[in-house]
Amino acid sequence: MRYSALSLVRQGLAGQTGWPQAWRSPSPRSVYDAVIVGGGGHGLATAYYLAKNHPRRRIAVLEKGWLGGGNTGRNTTIVRSNYFFPESAAIYDFALRLYEGLSQDLDYNIMLSQRGILMMGHSEHDMELMTRSVNAMLLNGIDVELLDAAQVRAEVPLLNFEPGARYEIHGGFTQRRGGIARHDAVAWGYARAASALGVDIIQGCEVTGFDIVDGRVAGVRTGLGRIAAGSVGLCAAGHSGVLAGMAGFTLPIQSYALQAMVSEPVKPVLDTVVMSAATGMYVSQSDKGELVFGAGLDLYPSYAQRGNLPVERDVIAGMLEMFPAFRRLKLLRAWAGLVDVCWDYSPIIGPAPVGGMYLNCGWGTGGFKAIPAGGWMLAHLLATGRHHPISAPFDLGRFTSGRLIDEAAGAGIAH
Amino acid sequence: MLRLPCPYCGERDEPEFRFAGEPAVRPGSDVGDAVWAAYLYMRSNEKGPHREVWSHAGGCGQFFLLERDTVSHAVLRALRPGEAS
Repeated sequence: MRYSALSLVRQGLAGQTGWPQAWRSPSPRSVYDAVIVGGGGHGLATAYYLAKNHPRRRIAVLEKGWLGGGNTGRNTTIVRSNYFFPESAAIYDFALRLYEGLSQDLDYNIMLSQRGILMMGHSEHDMELMTRSVNAMLLNGIDVELLDAAQVRAEVPLLNFEPGARYEIHGGFTQRRGGIARHDAVAWGYARAASALGVDIIQGCEVTGFDIVDGRVAGVRTGLGRIAAGSVGLCAAGHSGVLAGMAGFTLPIQSYALQAMVSEPVKPVLDTVVMSAATGMYVSQSDKGELVFGAGLDLYPSYAQRGNLPVERDVIAGMLEMFPAFRRLKLLRAWAGLVDVCWDYSPIIGPAPVGGMYLNCGWGTGGFKAIPAGGWMLAHLLATGRHHPISAPFDLGRFTSGRLIDEAAGAGIAH
Repeated sequence: MLRLPCPYCGERDEPEFRFAGEPAVRPGSDVGDAVWAAYLYMRSNEKGPHREVWSHAGGCGQFFLLERDTVSHAVLRALRPGEAS
C-alpha cells in the first residue's frame, strides 16, 4: 500500500482496520544470492539499494534480535556531513543528500528535521582551528558557516554566556543542512521498502558461523539452519569482530559502549543541535520534547549495552555547564550502544579477507548519519564485487598501506 | 562503576585507571607491512573473557595485565607484568 493523505482518509473511514503489515516475515529459504548479516539501518539500507539498484537477486537480511534494536535505536539521531577530509565529506554528504530525499524515496516519513548543527568554540585557539576546519569543509563543498559569539548567542540564547562560565563562548560554526531524523523510522522505512522489492527480512535469526570453501564463503550457519549464499555482507557494528572471528580473520576495530540519555519532556527550548568539544557533549530536543544528549565513550572494551556512572556524570556535568537552565530536569532514561571504533575513526567498507564476503563496519560513534551511504556502497560491492569510487578510500587495505583517513581530530568533535 | 584490582595498590575506582590496549609483542623491523599492520591495528576484540593492559594512571602509574569479561565486566584476575600467564 502506498502511504498518502488519501490512504489515511480511507483507513480513517474504515476504522483503521485495513492497514497491511509494513514488511513480510518469511521463513528463510535454503539459498540466496546475497545474505546481509545485521538488520539495523546499514543492513536494511544495503538490502534496499541492492534490490533497487541491482535488481533480480534473491536477498535476505538476517537479524539476531529485532529490526533496529541495536545501535539504530540507540543513537542520538544526528545527521551531518561537516567533515575535514575530502574522502569523508564525499561519503557523509552522499548520505545526507540521500537522507534529504529519503521520505519520498521510501514512501515513509523519516521525520528529517534540518534544524542545523552548531559546534561551539571556547577560546581564540578553538576559533583559529575552527576557521581552518571550516575552510577545509567549504573546499569539500559542505555548507558550513563560521559564527561569532554574538551570532551564537542570537541562535541559542539558553547557552551559558555568564562571565564566570567555565567554558567561555567565543563563537562556533554551523551546518544548516545538518539536524536530526527519526531513527526507528529509518530502519522501518528501509525494511518496508526492501520487503516490497522482494527482500526476505528474517528476525530472531542469529548467525553462528560461516561455510567457507577454498577461501570463499559458500553459506551462513544460523539458529534457523544453514543458508547457502553467493555473497555475504556484514553490517554488525559492535559485533563485527565476533563475525570476523567466525570467518577466521581479525579487524582493526575495538568495541566500546557509547552512552546516551534523555531528560523528561519539556516545551520547545532548543531548535538546533549543539555540540562542544570542550565538554565532549552534544544535545538536541526531540519532537516529543525530551533533551537527547550524549558525549564520549566508556573508554574500555565492552559488549555490554550499558555504560558506567563516571562517564554518565561527566556527560550530565558537561551539559549543565553549557545549559545551566537544564539543571532541574529529571533524567528519564540512559542506555548505551556498542560502537565499532577504528584507529582513524573512519569506517571500513570493502572486500573482507574471505572471498565473496564484504564489510560495512567501523563507523564507530557516527553510524546513523551514514546509513544511506553505507547501504549504497555495500550494495554496490555485493552486486559488482568492486568498490564504488566513494567507498574505495575506506578499504581494509588502508591499514597495511598506511593511507589512513584520520578523522579523530579532523571531525572536530569528541568521538 | 568498575572496581579494578591494581596488583600494587589493591582495589580502586574506575576513574583512577586507563585502558592501554591488548597485550602484543612488537615484531622485528624486517617482517613486512602485513605483520606490522597486524601488530599496530588488528585486535582480538573478544566478546567474553579478554586479556588487557591497564595503567593505574591516577594512582601508582604502573601497567598491569587484567583478564576481564567484556560482557559482564567481571574481573577475572590481575597480574603484574612478567607474572605467570
